[in-house]
Amino acid sequence: MIAPAEPSVEAEPMLKVREILDRHDHRASRLVPILQAVQESYRYLPAEVLTYVAQELDVPAARVFGVATFYAHFAIVPKGKHVIRLCDGTACHVKASMPILDAIRSRLGLSEQQATTPDMLFTVETVACLGACGLAPVVVVDEAVHGQMTPEGAVELVERLMAQEAST
Amino acid sequence: MKTTVTANTIQIDGRAVPVNGERNLLELIRKSGIELPTFCYHSDLSVYGACRLCLVDIQGRGIQGACSTPAEAGLVVRTQTEELRDIRRIAVELLLANHDQQCPTCPKSASCRLQGIARQLGIRHVRFRPVHAPEPLDESSVSLVRDPNKCVLCGDCVRFCGEIQGIGAIDFAYRGHEAAVLPAFGKGLGEGECVNCGQCAALCPTGALSPRPETNDVWRALHDATKTVVVQVAPAVRVALGEAFGMMPGTDTSGRLVAALKRLGAARVYDTAFSADLTVLEETHEFLERKASGERLPLFTSCCPAWVKFAEQFAPDLLPNLSTCKSPQQMLGALCKDTLPAELGLAREQVVMVSVMPCTAKKFEAKRPEFKVGGNPDVDHVITTQELAHMIEEAGLQFDELEPESFDLPMGFKTGAGVIFGNSGGVSEAVLRHASEVVAGHPVPVSELCMTRGEEGMRFASVEIGDVVLKLAVVYGLRQARTLVNRIRNGELAVDLVEVMACPGGCVGGAGQPVTADGQARRQRTRSLYEVDKRLDLHKSQDNHYVRESYRRHLGDIGGPRAHQVLHTHYASRRCASEGCAAHATCPQVALRSEEPAI
Repeated sequence: MIAPAEPSVEAEPMLKVREILDRHDHRASRLVPILQAVQESYRYLPAEVLTYVAQELDVPAARVFGVATFYAHFAIVPKGKHVIRLCDGTACHVKASMPILDAIRSRLGLSEQQATTPDMLFTVETVACLGACGLAPVVVVDEAVHGQMTPEGAVELVERLMAQEAST
Repeated sequence: MKTTVTANTIQIDGRAVPVNGERNLLELIRKSGIELPTFCYHSDLSVYGACRLCLVDIQGRGIQGACSTPAEAGLVVRTQTEELRDIRRIAVELLLANHDQQCPTCPKSASCRLQGIARQLGIRHVRFRPVHAPEPLDESSVSLVRDPNKCVLCGDCVRFCGEIQGIGAIDFAYRGHEAAVLPAFGKGLGEGECVNCGQCAALCPTGALSPRPETNDVWRALHDATKTVVVQVAPAVRVALGEAFGMMPGTDTSGRLVAALKRLGAARVYDTAFSADLTVLEETHEFLERKASGERLPLFTSCCPAWVKFAEQFAPDLLPNLSTCKSPQQMLGALCKDTLPAELGLAREQVVMVSVMPCTAKKFEAKRPEFKVGGNPDVDHVITTQELAHMIEEAGLQFDELEPESFDLPMGFKTGAGVIFGNSGGVSEAVLRHASEVVAGHPVPVSELCMTRGEEGMRFASVEIGDVVLKLAVVYGLRQARTLVNRIRNGELAVDLVEVMACPGGCVGGAGQPVTADGQARRQRTRSLYEVDKRLDLHKSQDNHYVRESYRRHLGDIGGPRAHQVLHTHYASRRCASEGCAAHATCPQVALRSEEPAI
């Protein structure tokens, strides 16, 4: 395909992305794993990075944006340092997941419209199903799964993280 | 139902229909005279199978989409059952529930497929309530308007932009009930890689994508006593306008078109084919000069503004090969604004140049900063064939009863070479008619120079004139253009002249033309332009004495400094205009581009 006439993106900030692209041989078919790696490295998918990825893979930027917005896993706005995911799949919902969500949100001063705290420490989101229905209701804090959660237990988890952040 | 299936037939609603290489069951059903409704099926694009309206009941298989089922002999198919009727009606009802139903004020009113299908299926009321809050219109593009509230997610636009134009300026984003067709990062259509060809709007079954109208601006100028409105009409318009008034596709409406424009209040009506003749002289000069020196070959044509923007974005390395000739629209605009104010005793701003074009990208072209003098554009407003039809309708003119009038002189005089510019292959042929004579030193019969004509999206021709061989490539559809460009870059292909047009069949298939369901109307327009050429007295641009007169009085020598000043321009890469660039803030390119969407 048509090669870019000149490198149009400043070299330094894209260093990490280029490394990721190299690891995946600049293959357009590896778009999803590339975006996963980018997200891991930047904590979200910044528009400039997606533009660069699109250009390097010779995929239209609108297509890359489409993939990035299709999967709930990808974020196009920055997320907080800690991501709290509350499962609201059928099983969790029936096991009263909503009061847990309300408790977490009110402890952090968040809402459906505002998912991330202004200090960029916490993001709260719901997911449709985590596949851990036997443990319902489930909360995932960063990578750790907490089953049979209660509103009080969830607030405790949050407060523990807050204390940990305050001491660092 | 009793089923009798003979070899190589499919039974459709109890009747055996022979299979004859149809691409899919839907094509066969339609061929058998049953017009199943569809939103997302388009014969030139890949099968998508999203709208679920062409569902049929296939014995032994159940309910399937006809568009995505191969036409295999032996199938027993029913297109009408109570269940199918229910499914189709609910699908349309749900689309209507989420649809902005302000139909009377919609640009697609009366030509809307959603409206048509709702009528076809007899839907009288919608039981469901909309769940989406209205979203603002995207008016960032000077060529197109995107109304997200009217999108039915058929994806025709997405597939055309990706598959035929090779751009992918819009795509599906988000998911489920939040799914939407959007430019990258949800930006405006005017801010991204869209080249304004408008084919998305031509395909759009609803008013979700439509050409950005400029008729109000034109009316205002016509009603302003201090302004003198000068109109130019592109070749492809005359053979399509009649379709908007129920005439046969391809009807040559030149005379009535001029009469209508005069009745609307145009002071002068000129022919863009005149400046196409001018383009031929300049471009042939440029071409033969490069051919002699061997530099910057192949020469790419630059008449198509969608192609020009495409090249600026995706092939900046080839920009030196682009002809520096302005497009015929811009040449006539420049010439009019250069000569008419003095001739009429008016200020430049008092002369309002209006173009009637088959094209939405011409709207963008006219607003490019390259084509302004002291902030005043060479072409003030661009309306499409459809917009002109609306103006004629609004004025209450009975189009078919108008007494034909002729274009004004001198810039309404053209040769057949200028007229065939509207066809894919026409620009090359027009250039050949001039170049052959220059090279041979004597006239070459026009009938010997038709080798660039044809229907294929990519064609090659080679012409021997004396001991000079001219190799030509003609391409339409920008994905094909990209393929061709790559072959040239890789050294697989050596040609002298490449003619590129973005739209199917060239300008006759432009997105500003009346919308037709199939390519048949377009082919008729193509034939008709060649007929118009035949009927004219002159067929070679070099024989246009009014063009010669223009050179004598205003432009000096062909390819000379004065001609260059008025008729030529230069295009620059858009690559560096990307926001990720380190030098973005200080880049002169960005500054130039920032003047662009003058809205």
